[in-house]
Amino acid sequence: MALDKNQIAKRIAQELKDGYYVNLGIGIPTLVANYVPEGIEVTLQSENGLLGIGPFPHPDKVDADLINAGKQTVTYVDGASFFDSATSFGMIRGGHIDLTILGAFEVSEEGDIASWKVPGKLVKGMGGAMDLVAAAKNIIVAMQHTNKGASKILKQCTLPLTGVKCVKKVVTDLAVLDITPQGFKLIERAPGVTVQEIIAATEGKLIVEGDIPEMNI
Amino acid sequence: MNKVVKNAEEAIKGISDNMTIMFGGFGLCGIPENVINILATTSIKGIICISNNCGVDDFGLGKLLKNKQIRKMIASYVGENSEFERQLLSGEIEVDLIPQGTLAERIRAGGAGIPAFYVPAGYGTEVAIGKEAREYNGKMHILEHGLTADYAVVKAWKGDTQGNLIYKYTASNFNNMMATAGKITIAEVEELVPAGSLDPNFIHTPGVFVQRIFQGVNYEKRIEQITVTKPN
Repeated sequence: MALDKNQIAKRIAQELKDGYYVNLGIGIPTLVANYVPEGIEVTLQSENGLLGIGPFPHPDKVDADLINAGKQTVTYVDGASFFDSATSFGMIRGGHIDLTILGAFEVSEEGDIASWKVPGKLVKGMGGAMDLVAAAKNIIVAMQHTNKGASKILKQCTLPLTGVKCVKKVVTDLAVLDITPQGFKLIERAPGVTVQEIIAATEGKLIVEGDIPEMNI
Repeated sequence: MNKVVKNAEEAIKGISDNMTIMFGGFGLCGIPENVINILATTSIKGIICISNNCGVDDFGLGKLLKNKQIRKMIASYVGENSEFERQLLSGEIEVDLIPQGTLAERIRAGGAGIPAFYVPAGYGTEVAIGKEAREYNGKMHILEHGLTADYAVVKAWKGDTQGNLIYKYTASNFNNMMATAGKITIAEVEELVPAGSLDPNFIHTPGVFVQRIFQGVNYEKRIEQITVTKPN
């Protein structure tokens, strides 16, 4: 069975390490916050100027001055701090954020990512995505493996790029893939999904070595 | 020296057609509502607008957009606005999309007297087209330039008569840098207090950057997405 969005988030949460400062993109990445493993403390960064994002507020605590990058109302945890956008991206660009998790339309075997623009459709803008992929120490992409049967795990991206040679790991509804100098390396498969199915759904170069374990969701 | 003006109307004196104006805020959070509302009642047009976003259809910068007062938008993300989409597709408005961190740093640099700098963001993408690229520490970077504006309009939580400003929560966002990058910076604040009332240890924007300040009225502080945790 292919994973649903929450299961993808749950699998990515297994990559978190104690003490990490993490930036979560909009969509599936946001869900990762719900699955932080027991005994691990991570600090969530919001590009609009908050380190230490808390849960959504209770209805009587909603504050227009306290939002996340998705413009949703949030709270902050003990030990949080607020700052301006230049400082926020200084944290990102300066390599102080350990891990960035974001979505994508396409990823290439060299680690290129396309996530912001579909020609012919309205261009809304890249927001902070280009800054994040160009600078974070470790980038994990959460995405669907295919779109209407067409692979999104490619030799080369077909859509305008967000960044080049930057993605380190991809977690899809079918598989966990590491990006290596030789191409995508299959690390794990979704429960019940065969290696053959993953090979068929992957256009980019896929390295399969030995037995591929199932994800532990 | 008197930086205090009565209201938004007095604060915008001197703003005329075709000027470059920065507006603080992220989404609708921390936007200078009073100045935007008063500009929307004027015939000022041809504005080159520098702001991370462009409001929503009927609020924030969306009001200036609807009146066709904006000629060019310099932003990182302009979704949530169908009028923007219409004007863009019909060629009525120009847009320059810039990675958010680069936009923030260009404004910071402009205010700090730094004409240009290198960043990795956008290398290898269409953002890098026509820009000088250079390798530093084994990584490719592109040359970006500082940004300044004829006017910068910012919103703060508290301010004093010297122009010192304090922002609340995530409402600092672009306001803090933009305050430094306007030839004339207008600050509207929720609470204006006499000099000496704010603890100098906790000032975010020092008063030197602010030329005009006033206490705003009737803040709507609209929220784009109210998300809550249901009480048990």
